[in-house]
Amino acid sequence: MSYYNQIRVLVWKDLASEFRSKEMLNSMLIFALLTTVIFSFAFDPEADTVKKVFPGVIWVALCFAGILGLNRSFQGEKSNDCFMGLLLCTPDPGVVYLGKLFSNLIFMLIIELISLPILFLLFDYRLQGSLGWLVLVIALGTWGFIAIGTFLSALAMNTKNSELLLPVILFPLLIPLLIAAVKATGLILGGGDFASWSNWLGIICSFDLIFTVVSWFLFDYVLEV
Amino acid sequence: MAKKALTWLTYLSVLAATYLVFMWVPNEKVMGPVQKIFYFHVAAAWVGFFAFLIVFLCGVAYLVTRAEKWDLYGASSAEIGVLFTTIVLITGPIWARPTWNAWWTWDPRLTTTLVLWFIYLAYLMVRTSFPEPEKRMRFSAIFGIIGFIDVPIVWFSIRWWRTIHPVVVDGSGFAMSSKMLTTLLVSLVAFTLLYLYLLTTRVAVARIDNQIQRIKEAVLR
Repeated sequence: MSYYNQIRVLVWKDLASEFRSKEMLNSMLIFALLTTVIFSFAFDPEADTVKKVFPGVIWVALCFAGILGLNRSFQGEKSNDCFMGLLLCTPDPGVVYLGKLFSNLIFMLIIELISLPILFLLFDYRLQGSLGWLVLVIALGTWGFIAIGTFLSALAMNTKNSELLLPVILFPLLIPLLIAAVKATGLILGGGDFASWSNWLGIICSFDLIFTVVSWFLFDYVLEV
Repeated sequence: MAKKALTWLTYLSVLAATYLVFMWVPNEKVMGPVQKIFYFHVAAAWVGFFAFLIVFLCGVAYLVTRAEKWDLYGASSAEIGVLFTTIVLITGPIWARPTWNAWWTWDPRLTTTLVLWFIYLAYLMVRTSFPEPEKRMRFSAIFGIIGFIDVPIVWFSIRWWRTIHPVVVDGSGFAMSSKMLTTLLVSLVAFTLLYLYLLTTRVAVARIDNQIQRIKEAVLR
């Protein structure tokens, strides 16, 4: 099987098993919405200040929901020795990484597709910039989050309390991505022109590129038995 | 022998740096005696960053050679790095309060140091999470590499993040007299020697620790 087909099979496997139970997607979605509701109690949604914190609210809600999914991503493979089966599927650990990356990315995009419109509704936020750019920045930001998150999730899987370890080791590394994503999202929402946030897009893209390549390369070492 | 020489060199240079800072170097005109914290602050920051470079290099060396000693050096260096970064984060606000009139500003250097500190606390968390020695060594080497790669991105993003706001102190606006420069250089040397001394000592302790573990396992079996 070609490299591409191997990845496709693994992604399909993850999607099929998730859509049978929808356990993880449901809890991620509810968690994302819940975070938003808690935010709207914390910051009065009627006030003008909310316009300023709105990009931050989006990304915090997405990160919190995302970490639930990332925790499960490899943890779920531990029952019935599924992980051994996964390793036996392919001689190349990079395939496992890319497969998990794409399936996690798809889960996140589903969550975003549902929760972001609701977020805009709840905060009564009117988009001033272009929707296309907003979608691009959110997709690229999610990519970076998932690229490093999937990698660290595989690393944390090997310990008994991976749910405790993963957020502590993931969030410090995410800081540059979060800064860039929140800034770019804020500028686009406010109707800023491309030049005003292209810097931030540059940071997001380089973060995505660096951590996808480095993770893909180092994944061989993570999966060693 | 070399260890003994290092011990004495460290002792003497730290003594010399302390003397220069407190007795010899003149007070800064505007800031007064509080500015003296600068010599230790900068030296500690240098050691902190240097220690994390060593963690990265040891991580690469471990993954290539699989020799236990690289893990020992990496782990010890990370502990010392966290210690010195903590010193930076403590001395920084003490100096900032009287000069900038705020304990903390979100200046790029401060913020990067804080993020760096968190990344290496995470590194120490990774170390304590894996009881099996082989996994612990492998995963912490991997995390040390990933964490170090993150630091330049953190620096750039935070610098751009803050450019919108006024920068309180910029690096170029810090002209130093020759006495101050000498004092700074001496404390840099002293802190670097102190780092090397602590590193070799910590590695020796870790080696003994590992030996005891092995003896224990042998006896219990």
